[in-house]
Amino acid sequence: MSQAEASQAGAPPVVTGRRPQSASGFLSLFRNELHLTFRRMRTKVLLGILAVLPVLIGVVVKLNTDSPHEGGGGPSFIAQTTQNGLFLVFTALAVALPVFLPMTVGVVAGDSVAGEAATGTLRYLLVAPAGRTRLLAAKFTAGLVFCLAATAAVAVAALATGAALFPLGEVTLISGDTIGFADALLRAVLVAGVVAVSLAGLVAIGLFVSTLTGSGIAAMAATVGLVITVQILDAFPQLDAIRPFLFTHYWLSFADLLRAPMYWDGVWKDLGLQAAYVAVFGSAAWSRFTSRDISA
Amino acid sequence: MTEAPVTGDVTESAGGPGAAPRPTPVAPASRTTSPTSPTSTASPGDDVIRTRGLTKRFRGGQLAVDGLDLTVPRGSVFGFLGPNGSGKTTTIRMLMGLIAPTSGAAAVLGEPMPQSVASVLPRVGALIEGPALYGFLSGRDNLVRFDSADPTADPRTRNSRVEAALERVGLSAAAGKKARAYSLGMKQRLGLASALLQPRELLVLDEPTNGLDPQGMREIRTLVREVAAEGTTVFLSSHLLDEIEQVCTHAAVMSRGRLVVQGTVAELAARAQGRLVVRTPDTARAAEVLAAHGVGALVHGEGRLDGEPGDRGDDALPKLCAALVEAGVRVYGFGLERGTLEDAFVALTGEGFDVAG
Ligand SMILES: Nc1ncnc2c1ncn2[C@@H]1O[C@H](COP(=O)(O)OP(=O)(O)OP(=O)(O)O)[C@@H](O)[C@H]1O
Ligand SMILES: [Mg+2]
Repeated sequence: MSQAEASQAGAPPVVTGRRPQSASGFLSLFRNELHLTFRRMRTKVLLGILAVLPVLIGVVVKLNTDSPHEGGGGPSFIAQTTQNGLFLVFTALAVALPVFLPMTVGVVAGDSVAGEAATGTLRYLLVAPAGRTRLLAAKFTAGLVFCLAATAAVAVAALATGAALFPLGEVTLISGDTIGFADALLRAVLVAGVVAVSLAGLVAIGLFVSTLTGSGIAAMAATVGLVITVQILDAFPQLDAIRPFLFTHYWLSFADLLRAPMYWDGVWKDLGLQAAYVAVFGSAAWSRFTSRDISA
Repeated sequence: MTEAPVTGDVTESAGGPGAAPRPTPVAPASRTTSPTSPTSTASPGDDVIRTRGLTKRFRGGQLAVDGLDLTVPRGSVFGFLGPNGSGKTTTIRMLMGLIAPTSGAAAVLGEPMPQSVASVLPRVGALIEGPALYGFLSGRDNLVRFDSADPTADPRTRNSRVEAALERVGLSAAAGKKARAYSLGMKQRLGLASALLQPRELLVLDEPTNGLDPQGMREIRTLVREVAAEGTTVFLSSHLLDEIEQVCTHAAVMSRGRLVVQGTVAELAARAQGRLVVRTPDTARAAEVLAAHGVGALVHGEGRLDGEPGDRGDDALPKLCAALVEAGVRVYGFGLERGTLEDAFVALTGEGFDVAG
């Protein structure tokens, strides 16, 4: 086996037989998938938009407080923001979570498989062979990492804007207690983490939709449309019976982490719901993708 | 003709259209065979591709491949011929585990095909229905991407293998350019490079010279010969008959989803009768003489006439020529033209090289 090392002259015989897999070989697809996701101009633009959002909110709040006439007391976060720039992180996340964050996640997750099917690169990945389950796992992982990056983009931009426009210092919580700045910063990180994980269910849904069609645009539109529809449904009190099962229902429960004893109830429900959505739609995506004809 | 057991128990049981077998190799539940023991006993003759009754009916009801029995011997350069829509690409997709057959069985490198994707495909390089690339990545990064997808590829040698593949298809200079700025021929070359990232036992090339200039076509032919000389079996689909004739040792002809014939290229070309060609301005007169001497199927051309000489000895031709001259025909040229694969093809499919319905 090892003597066929230096064969410059003549045709080197092709090695036959099965080839061994290595762990690093197995993982390189995951690494490459991340690389691919964040190399795309589209990803950079989406993250850029998310980063601009807190800046806009910060400027608007600043202008409002500078002008003498006080508005009739908006959301509590916004009022707090003028006292402490750190609160802009929570304000921005609360504004971004219902619309902007899920929209970007829907684009990335919805396009993940369908986009490759549309360009035909999917068939070359599969004959490489990437393995259908492994490819799906890599796509899901990249989707989750994008959720983290998207949330971080909002949070970091909000923190920087808040620090630039408003005073920083001790933070007065929703419950009225006061905590130190370092402590509050930790809570901001925790909240951002919870927000990112709240989007996991949506990643699984987007991935599933993405395995259904050969058009990236259609998959993105369907996923984003679904997010909007679900949020509208969540607003109807008549639908009380199903509302707790909608994946957006507990999204804003992260605010409970800003009380003096943190109130975890809603957050746990949110995380449990996300896990259920990942299990259901992840399995659906898997069974669809592993049995599907790739004829694009 | 022997009904050799191809791959054991493959797919025959899952014949119903609703019960298509899963093409995935990784489904944990369906992993019944031990990954180390080959599921099939080495098939006689060591065929690289073997299909029995392979059939694909698409959901619309289109029967794209119909009962295909294909045998590709190891070490051959195998030409897969057929007009547009005859089912070549569909066959290749089934062989590569991209689509599941409706019925029948396929084995590649001795293993049953949709099931053994994970162990077979690392040893196979493929170009299927033209190249597909990430336009926003450079040519080099495209290759890195496809190489990363193969779990058996060693990440430590990745860069050197990518450079070698680029070099091999003549793309080294353009490797840093974004793939969306590539010409069609450059894309085709990059697709070939990705098939050549590792030494392969089998190279499947679906119309590899599509979009290439004559120089590029020649280079691909050279490349195919080179790869074949290294011991790689090459399975090449094409419309271009002379391409097949130039590089292939074996060929099969598809028509409307069915296999019309397969064998060595020499055998196939021998099926096509040579034609007698006479160059003369006096075609009408010549036609009379030839017809009188039993030459059939005469075709009139501009200053030329050709027909089937039929079965006659070699010494009959000079006599025929003399008869023409005697009749006052000005003979500028006279001779037999060897049968080409194209003639064989037309004779076999009876339809010429047109799209089937
Ligand atoms: N995904 C699909 N759904 C339905 N019918 C299909 C599909 N793909 C191919 N067909 C049909 O199957 C037949 C065979 O197509 P295929 O692509 O295999 O032909 P081909 O021999 O590769 O042709 P070409 O030389 O043009 O590449 C055609 O009639 C085509 O219309
Ligand atoms: Mg084709």
